[in-house]
Amino acid sequence: MAEYQNIFTQVQVRGPAELGLDPDGILQAERGGTPRFSNLLGWLGNAQLGPIHLGMFGVISAYLFAVWFLLVGFNMLGQVDYNFYEFIKQLFWLAMEPPAEEYGLSMPPLNEGGMYMIASMCLLISVISWWIRSYLRATELGMGKHVCWAFAAAIWLFLVLGLFRPLAMGSWSEMVPYGIFPHLDWTNYFSLNYGNLFYNPFHALCIVFLYGSALLFAMHGATILAVSRYGGDRELEQIYDRGTASERAALFWRWTMGFNASMEGIHRWAWWFAILVPITGGIGILLTGTVVDDWREWAIVHNFAAELEYSVPECSAVCERLNAGK
Amino acid sequence: MALLSFERKYRVPGGTLIGRDLFDFWIGPFFVGFFGLTSIFFASLGTILVLWSATLQGTWNPFLISIEPPALEYGLGFAPLYDGGLWQIITLCALGAFGSWMLREVEIARKLGMGLHVPIAFAVAIFAYVALVVIRPILMGAWGHGFPYGIFSHLDWVSYTGYQYGNFHYNPVHMLAVSFFFTTTLALSLHGGLILSAANPEEGKEARTPDHEDTYFRDFIGYSVGTLGIHRAGLLLALNAGFWSAICILISGPSWLMPDGESWIEWWDWWPNLLTSIVGG
Repeated sequence: MAEYQNIFTQVQVRGPAELGLDPDGILQAERGGTPRFSNLLGWLGNAQLGPIHLGMFGVISAYLFAVWFLLVGFNMLGQVDYNFYEFIKQLFWLAMEPPAEEYGLSMPPLNEGGMYMIASMCLLISVISWWIRSYLRATELGMGKHVCWAFAAAIWLFLVLGLFRPLAMGSWSEMVPYGIFPHLDWTNYFSLNYGNLFYNPFHALCIVFLYGSALLFAMHGATILAVSRYGGDRELEQIYDRGTASERAALFWRWTMGFNASMEGIHRWAWWFAILVPITGGIGILLTGTVVDDWREWAIVHNFAAELEYSVPECSAVCERLNAGK
Repeated sequence: MALLSFERKYRVPGGTLIGRDLFDFWIGPFFVGFFGLTSIFFASLGTILVLWSATLQGTWNPFLISIEPPALEYGLGFAPLYDGGLWQIITLCALGAFGSWMLREVEIARKLGMGLHVPIAFAVAIFAYVALVVIRPILMGAWGHGFPYGIFSHLDWVSYTGYQYGNFHYNPVHMLAVSFFFTTTLALSLHGGLILSAANPEEGKEARTPDHEDTYFRDFIGYSVGTLGIHRAGLLLALNAGFWSAICILISGPSWLMPDGESWIEWWDWWPNLLTSIVGG
């Protein structure tokens, strides 16, 4: 009993490009880029690429991001004596490192972290400009600012890592290095140095919301696709005037797990789950090294870790080192 | 039994996979069906065994209760009940409950004339669990390679297992899975935010439309995937996060893939080695 399952768009219809709404008659002049169509994107969703709005903050943001990117890139290139072959060979391992600890919160010499600080400042202004852009684009269309505030939650985590925690610790050396493996090493040692971040309850919450977000998007995406034959993907219309798609989607979950969201409510669940990832994660990082030095010790004191050894079937070298430290 | 105002007209017989209309009824808001009964059976038995295991362990602190898998020397055989056997039975119960729940979702989807996207998505999550407690232990030759069932004990296991392979951050498939998780969350916040911002516009403005959504995202980043596309994108991102998580642990352990003591850190040597062998230097 084969039946149609909505997976990809099978027939793509091409009309003239949509240039976008222009409520006050000023936006059209600020848009750039001739719209193009991509068959590949068309299988998934809209095929149209562009136009894009070119505002002051967007341009500042793109420009400063490029400056950050090039500063990091040329710093790495300099580390291999401007040998492009070595650059490609060592790319994953190269890093632009933050200043050494002895410089504290002062501005270090350019070649000892000063350039890192300048690059970081460019990245910060770039990110803030993009945030302002997210606000202004919504204002021009008379929309709510939910995307903007969700982005602010991500900026909170970014600021904790690069500004608030270094300030609290009294040294810019606490900032994260720019590099592929080096930022992973930083993450790894951050956990090891502070007694295993898995015992940080805010880290645990952050992971719960991260996995929860994947779970919610799988549930929501799958539900909407499953009722797309009833027009379920027209979510705004279903919010304003509930149809059979909303009713079936709601009943599916009510009958499955005894509870259902509404067509609008599921997006509130989604928004909160997603923004709580960086919010709780940021709190967990801000507390690490400032308030709590060893999360496992802290967990034992607060009665949610046993004082015995780690619960593992056999002990690796690292795990023995962890146990020996207790 | 509270019914939603429109619920009665949807409560019709049909759509079941097994038992015709024998189990085709509701209890409160829950649809029962044959697989509802098997779900309850496996979930209850598993929960009771977890509680029994906790009494044997001697703690009621929910953070510390841990059901340990058998010792490695039992290999792929049955372990004594008090020495990992409970873990084995609880694992069977979990598999039974998850599988029943998925088939119950199929029945409900059929009843409501919906596509089968939700049970298929759930199957990917079940696959990730099966990869951890069935496939990988079988590939490595002992049920003891499964993870313990406890809030912090399973985190210890993750920590320990990661460091067994040097540094798990260097596992390329782990990188892929983490990237999918972050991207899924980003996409979810953008989708949730966009719908809410259209349905809750500025004070005094009329409700916004899908045209506003498309315009906002085209202005913002130059592309709007669209009302249907975002749900495909979200589902694909989320399923990839789960799928590659399963693969990243499956490729860590089996000796024919990764000899004992091998580290993901050194695995990356292939890249400079490859360049050196081709270009030299």
